[in-house]
Amino acid sequence: MLKLGSDEIAKYPFMQDAGAYLKETTGFTLEQFGSDPDLKYIQEIAVKRIGAAAAGDIFKSGLYDMDSKEQTTLNEVASFLVAVVLLRMAKASALFNRFALAEARRAERYLERDMKEYRKKIQTSSKKVEEMRPARIIEELFGMRIRRDGDDFVIPVPDYVRHSVHFYEREWKLINRHVVGGDVFLTAHGVVRLIRNDLVTYIREKITKGKYPDSLTGFEDAIGSVRGIAGRFEAKVEYTGKFPPCVDHAIRVLQRGDNLPHSGRFMLATFLLGIERKPEEIIPLFKNAPDYNERITTYQVNNLAGTGGGTRYTCPSCEKLKTQDLCFATPECNGIVNPLQFGRRK
Amino acid sequence: MDEQDEAFLNESFKRYYFKHAGSIDVPPRAHEREFGYQKFGSGMVRHMSIRARKDLHLMLIRETPSDIYCSNSYYVFPEITPMDKKEWLGADMIFDIDAKDLKLPCRPDHTVRTCLECKNVSLDSETCKGCGSKACKKASLPCRRCMDAAGEQAIRLAGILSDDLGIGEDKIKTYFSGNEGFHMYAYDERFQSLAAKERMELAAYVMFKGAIPKAYGAEAKDSFPKYDDKGWRGRFVRYVAQKKSQYRSSKAIVGDQGAFQKKLDEASEAIGVRIDANVTTDVHRIFRMPESINSKSGLAKILCQDVSRFDPYTEAVLLDDDPVEVHADCPAGFVLKGTEFGPYASQKVTVPRYAAAYMICKGLAGMGPLPAHARPPASSA
Repeated sequence: MLKLGSDEIAKYPFMQDAGAYLKETTGFTLEQFGSDPDLKYIQEIAVKRIGAAAAGDIFKSGLYDMDSKEQTTLNEVASFLVAVVLLRMAKASALFNRFALAEARRAERYLERDMKEYRKKIQTSSKKVEEMRPARIIEELFGMRIRRDGDDFVIPVPDYVRHSVHFYEREWKLINRHVVGGDVFLTAHGVVRLIRNDLVTYIREKITKGKYPDSLTGFEDAIGSVRGIAGRFEAKVEYTGKFPPCVDHAIRVLQRGDNLPHSGRFMLATFLLGIERKPEEIIPLFKNAPDYNERITTYQVNNLAGTGGGTRYTCPSCEKLKTQDLCFATPECNGIVNPLQFGRRK
Repeated sequence: MDEQDEAFLNESFKRYYFKHAGSIDVPPRAHEREFGYQKFGSGMVRHMSIRARKDLHLMLIRETPSDIYCSNSYYVFPEITPMDKKEWLGADMIFDIDAKDLKLPCRPDHTVRTCLECKNVSLDSETCKGCGSKACKKASLPCRRCMDAAGEQAIRLAGILSDDLGIGEDKIKTYFSGNEGFHMYAYDERFQSLAAKERMELAAYVMFKGAIPKAYGAEAKDSFPKYDDKGWRGRFVRYVAQKKSQYRSSKAIVGDQGAFQKKLDEASEAIGVRIDANVTTDVHRIFRMPESINSKSGLAKILCQDVSRFDPYTEAVLLDDDPVEVHADCPAGFVLKGTEFGPYASQKVTVPRYAAAYMICKGLAGMGPLPAHARPPASSA
């Protein structure tokens, strides 16, 4: 099993070793971050960390600013773990994905930088260079083997396609990659981007599946702050219950703050436009999406609506939705070929 | 199919399995695969488990299947239904190459159409020459040119699997399907756990489908692939340049996204491997078993040691050769074991058993008298 150094624990606080570090190296318990006045500042950092994620920013780490390495590691690791516990205790589900995405992007930066540094070191140093640590971390997390080949980083084809199939953009298709001898050649950025979805899922599961107490003394104010941040994203969706199951499902995914694939967003928006909902009524539905950006969403929904004389897009057929794994047909769907017909025909 | 024809084929297949059962082996990890078979005149039996070679032999001799199949997938419980209860473990990768997908110009010359209205049999045409009906069934008797072209696709595919995807040549097996094409199996454990969507990526890759200009150096001349580059970058640029001396001038398409995309699309048609992507992506399909007889032709599905030299119409002809009298209405000629047969215009002929089976499997001959319409005109004497 991979043993992380303290600097790595600070960069990747979601790794198993981070929890062990807190328990075994510092000896601190979770309760102490609520009761010990000298440690309460960690809660403030944790709330800031959540706030940054909610705003779509990457938490500005003090990783390279602090004098004391020990202090830095403690702050980084503890603030992450406390943030996770706060999100759970505050039941701030609207922030789970946002936080996981922001933390994944933060980790990506370190992984990418460390991969580039490793490459530089191995290309310039005459001494034996130690193993590629970021690659070992990725392998430990996702079982994906990475090695360096010249300026590139290469991963086996099966590992690549397992991850790339989740991408919508055509540049991620295997055919658009340099593939030789069973390996896919990528830049450092390409490698870390490839694992983003898995990293988000991994961090999200830390929040949703971790065993944490329901409440802890001394955390009340921080929980209140987190609830306040979450409140900004808990858009009340007007839901009549008369939508077809595919649309119903898409709304529920968004309400949970989960990621709805591009095809699902397209289906939802075009369906609602199809039943004469206005773009301004539709846009708030996407507020819970982990990557929500009001400006982009507004542009996209207006584009689908054909605002300004453009093409007005129509809701995809049931057949098409089936191929996209977006169909959740019930007996009420019998006889319809497009979600817009739901409830109109028997 | 007529009862007499079924009985003839049953007898022919029975003789084959009786003689050759010993050389038919179960595939690796047989106990984890689903088996299925069909008998003449009856439906498909699926969700069977065959654990050992002797069980397979017993089944072949006892049942005389018209077709026998085996899954490329491995399951914990291969014999259980429905499919989701089988507990999928993985699947070998299979690529299907079919001569009919190559649409060679010679195809109409050996495609026979049987009118569903008046039963008139003729070479391929839009409408029936007898009654003008468009309703028909078609049977193809692919020529060597078609099979050689399909073989070239198989060779190209094997190269891509080996050079690009890193699958060892010892793990790639090419089988003549027993009818019109080839099945290529890749027994590489690293790929076995890939799901349908992921296999779709691999299918698109070998077909050179979905390439975008940016990935092939359309934006700047210095990012344009080198002539000797490996993988699709090299293949594409060699297709564009045609020869090394024209490499420099082939860069003219750089900067013009539209022209570049057009070239990529052309290349997909010209140098992409023509496979049936649905076969590669379907992980719950059962495939004809190697060394078994294909009831669409009476030829065997066999391993090709060297596709470039493979002659399906000699090597896969494994039924007996005792003379058999049949009523043939086969307007396209064909060659089996170096002997030319046909064309036959509604006539009684004596041919080796394998040739009789070939025509009967294609619906172009029968053991009994031909239908009244198909008989040759009565002599005026």
